[in-house]
Amino acid sequence: MITINAEVIEQHGLTTGEYERIVEKIGREPTLTELGIISVMWSEHCSYKSSRKHLKKLPTDGDRILVGPGENAGIIDIGNGYAAAFKIESHNHPSFIEPFQGAATGVGGILRDIFTMGARPLAVMDSLRFGTLDDPEVGNRNRHIVDGVVGGIAHYGNCFGVPTIGGECIFESSYNGNPLVNAFALGIFPKDKIFFGKASGIGNPVIYVGAKTGRDGIHGASMASAEFDEESEGKRPNVQVGDPFLEKLLLEACIEAMDKGVILGIQDMGAAGLTCSTCEMGGRGGTGIEIDLKYVPQREQGMTPYEIMLSESQERMLLVAERGVEDQVFAVFKKWGLDAVEIGTVTDDGMLRVRNHGELVAEVPNSLLTDDAPLYDRPATTPFRPAPLDGPTLPATSAADNAAALKQLLASPDLCSKRKIYEQYDYMVRTNTTVPPGSDAAVIRVKEANVSLAMALDGNGRYSALDPREGAKLAVAECCRNLATVGAEPIAATNCLNFGNPEKPEIMAQFVEAVEGLDEACRHFGTPITGGNVSLYNETLSAAIYPTPVIGIVGLIDHMDVPIPMHFQQPGRKIILVGGLLPGVTGDPTHLQRCFGSSQYAKVVVGQTWGLPPTLDMDYEKRVHETVRSIVRQGLPESVHDLSDGGLAVALAKCGFGPKRIGARIELSSEFQAHVALFHEAPSRVLLSVADENVEAVNAIAAALAIPTPVIGETQVGKLEVQINGDTIRASIDDLYEAWDSALERMLQG
Amino acid sequence: MALARSPSLRFGVVLFPGSNCDHDALYALRENLGQSAEFVWHESEDLSGFDAVLLPGGFSYGDYLRVGAIARFSPVLGAVKRFADRGGLVVGICNGFQILVETGLLPGALVRNRGLHFVCRTVHLRVESTESPFTQDGTAGQVLAVPIAHGEGCYHADEETLSVLERDNRVLFRYVDPQGQVTPEANPNGSISNIAGICNEGRNVLGMMPHPERAADPAMGSTDGRLVFQSMISTLVRG
Repeated sequence: MITINAEVIEQHGLTTGEYERIVEKIGREPTLTELGIISVMWSEHCSYKSSRKHLKKLPTDGDRILVGPGENAGIIDIGNGYAAAFKIESHNHPSFIEPFQGAATGVGGILRDIFTMGARPLAVMDSLRFGTLDDPEVGNRNRHIVDGVVGGIAHYGNCFGVPTIGGECIFESSYNGNPLVNAFALGIFPKDKIFFGKASGIGNPVIYVGAKTGRDGIHGASMASAEFDEESEGKRPNVQVGDPFLEKLLLEACIEAMDKGVILGIQDMGAAGLTCSTCEMGGRGGTGIEIDLKYVPQREQGMTPYEIMLSESQERMLLVAERGVEDQVFAVFKKWGLDAVEIGTVTDDGMLRVRNHGELVAEVPNSLLTDDAPLYDRPATTPFRPAPLDGPTLPATSAADNAAALKQLLASPDLCSKRKIYEQYDYMVRTNTTVPPGSDAAVIRVKEANVSLAMALDGNGRYSALDPREGAKLAVAECCRNLATVGAEPIAATNCLNFGNPEKPEIMAQFVEAVEGLDEACRHFGTPITGGNVSLYNETLSAAIYPTPVIGIVGLIDHMDVPIPMHFQQPGRKIILVGGLLPGVTGDPTHLQRCFGSSQYAKVVVGQTWGLPPTLDMDYEKRVHETVRSIVRQGLPESVHDLSDGGLAVALAKCGFGPKRIGARIELSSEFQAHVALFHEAPSRVLLSVADENVEAVNAIAAALAIPTPVIGETQVGKLEVQINGDTIRASIDDLYEAWDSALERMLQG
Repeated sequence: MALARSPSLRFGVVLFPGSNCDHDALYALRENLGQSAEFVWHESEDLSGFDAVLLPGGFSYGDYLRVGAIARFSPVLGAVKRFADRGGLVVGICNGFQILVETGLLPGALVRNRGLHFVCRTVHLRVESTESPFTQDGTAGQVLAVPIAHGEGCYHADEETLSVLERDNRVLFRYVDPQGQVTPEANPNGSISNIAGICNEGRNVLGMMPHPERAADPAMGSTDGRLVFQSMISTLVRG
């Protein structure tokens, strides 16, 4: 019999102040089971205690928003009677401890969040950040993490039958001890068939369905709420183990039961398992739930109430049915070979009451676990800057230098082809994917609704480290720009905020700045937040990761046609740079030098990161989106590709990597040095290739929005030639392609 | 004399726990090929009224034990065997091919890809023989673009089996480069002799690893997969 002392309280991740608050609120000392229940719901991961106050600043309203933050997923109206549910979740800490299962269960978790609302998941994307692969000390371990994470995502997504259609993959030494695995999922359903995680109807049966409960993942939520130290290896049993086949059966059974109209409320058991689902369902319904653990299907012997309540065994759901129809529920789950058992009832007293073979082991008010969880206003000072403001003076560059730099950039970890990764994901299952991975936005057609949904997932650690507010704004801008290239109107967003220890004021400051930047940008670009996730304490031995806000934005296209491709298609087309060569880049040498320090050129070619992110003019950027969207909707360009990391030269090269290897002949003149013109990462720019007869129409649309559309050259077979300020860089497309396509495999082999 | 156009044919798409490409097959048959198609639950033993049966891709039974190993004991497989014995047309795609091999309706084995990873990409296939209800509408040597998506698609057969397959023109599809040449680079999974699809002795059962139902709709980039279904329809209509 364990008595609760200071050590036990600390092991549960609670402060003495928090413990005292518990005693005060329930009027007595808690039982150990109650301590487990409360501590897991009060963990950072479940309660958002450090972030809630700031998240409230984010915009959440919009014409098409059907369900905003607070439920298992956000939901938007996509027209013709249909809706889309989507969200992003992190599984960072488990992916460091056990990469394969950490990533797999991350996917499993986000999929359940979608289908618990009633939607069939039809797309997954993942935003991955790893440590450096060429580091002599940690390169091997990072490679192992990459292999495990990619393998886990593939294993889960492929077996479950959902296409993984896009994402991003970035490498920075900042993530050496703390990889980031943020999984996004989206599902479709009729908009009048939305289900909520709410317990209603006094006396109604509370039914447990799915896999049996074991000891895996106990205190997984608490692990996600703490930093790593030398003892982290011992945390392996905290990582949950996933079974995608079981989840596929669970999906089909839930959807079938929902279609039959026999489910009143349903919630998945994710972080904090049975504890979280019971108190949240009761909390939302204004009711309570009483369960007896003797009914819970268990796959281990001798599990204690503590273990059963805290287990994070995967592939389980909790549902509430109308008394009298529970047999119909059981029949559906039996058909799919799944356990379905009544474990309790809905009450009217707002309590979570847990019995074990009749004996009361826990009795806690729902409100204490949810609304009354601690809310902190942590002090924030100035954001921590991991890199200096000023960097080295860069010498003038020759054409040969710049040609070599281009090739080096294309073969670098962040910019190289990720084909070796995404070909491990079945990105075609469901026959809806109209844009394969590797393009600017992912697109699926929605057969039932006769529309398409475009999705973009972008984060930025490097920019945010230099200026968290601007970094967050740039991530939102980039997503919306991606969506514009396929003619999609951005509708709503989900965010995953990955940061270090919020108890450090300079890290908390990064968080506050990033949230405020996100707020500004989401309002400006019209992308309200429908939900998301916060992952804090991403630090190892007290070194925090770059502040990394990741945002997923969903856009609507009003038809199901295949979008205009990103690669150049034919020689002899005019190449137009919408937005101009270097918008917002001023001649002030200090400022210019600082903004250049955040680029991939600085990171890869110079070998350092310094300065500031590129300047973003949100008004200008928005007009560029409108311009591109109109141009694309009128079918004027033959190819569309937006600029981002690596700047103009990298974007031009990538446009040449289609099957026909059509390159370009470009002529530029710039007041700036060649390497600046070629590799600066100024936002608000999109490359088009356009047949001569369409150039006038393109210019007219842009002129109406006061956006320049200079013709910078023409497409040509096989070569990329860029004349800048009199010097010409020459490269063979095949040669560049080879470097770009083979780099990742080489880096992963070590 | 032209035969009256027959009504569309009835395809049965078998649904196992864990099948994933069932909806894709149904959609291709109904929407892209104008046929009538419905699901057949794995516990059913009744295939009467179906003109053809399709075992779709996916991870039936989670690939527990061995791919396709458990599905082989499903009640429906008994009915599929009898249907095939009577000359009925049966197509097994990806996991469906794995199941047909486990059931013994087709020879050989399907094991882990040579590269050890799951691979999803569009590959090229060469039609090796048009003497089958699955390829009769094509021309020998024709190159098709059809996607694959599998981790265990490496076809293997012993020497004797292989020589019988080749001798009797039972290799219907082979992995080739876009120009139609059989090369190691064109082989995505290490299959012996670049074999992508084969038929049984009676030539009424087809097993193939690539997904023709994913190459039946222009929006998906290629409609080359229609050949398989179109040929089946021609065969059945001709009766």
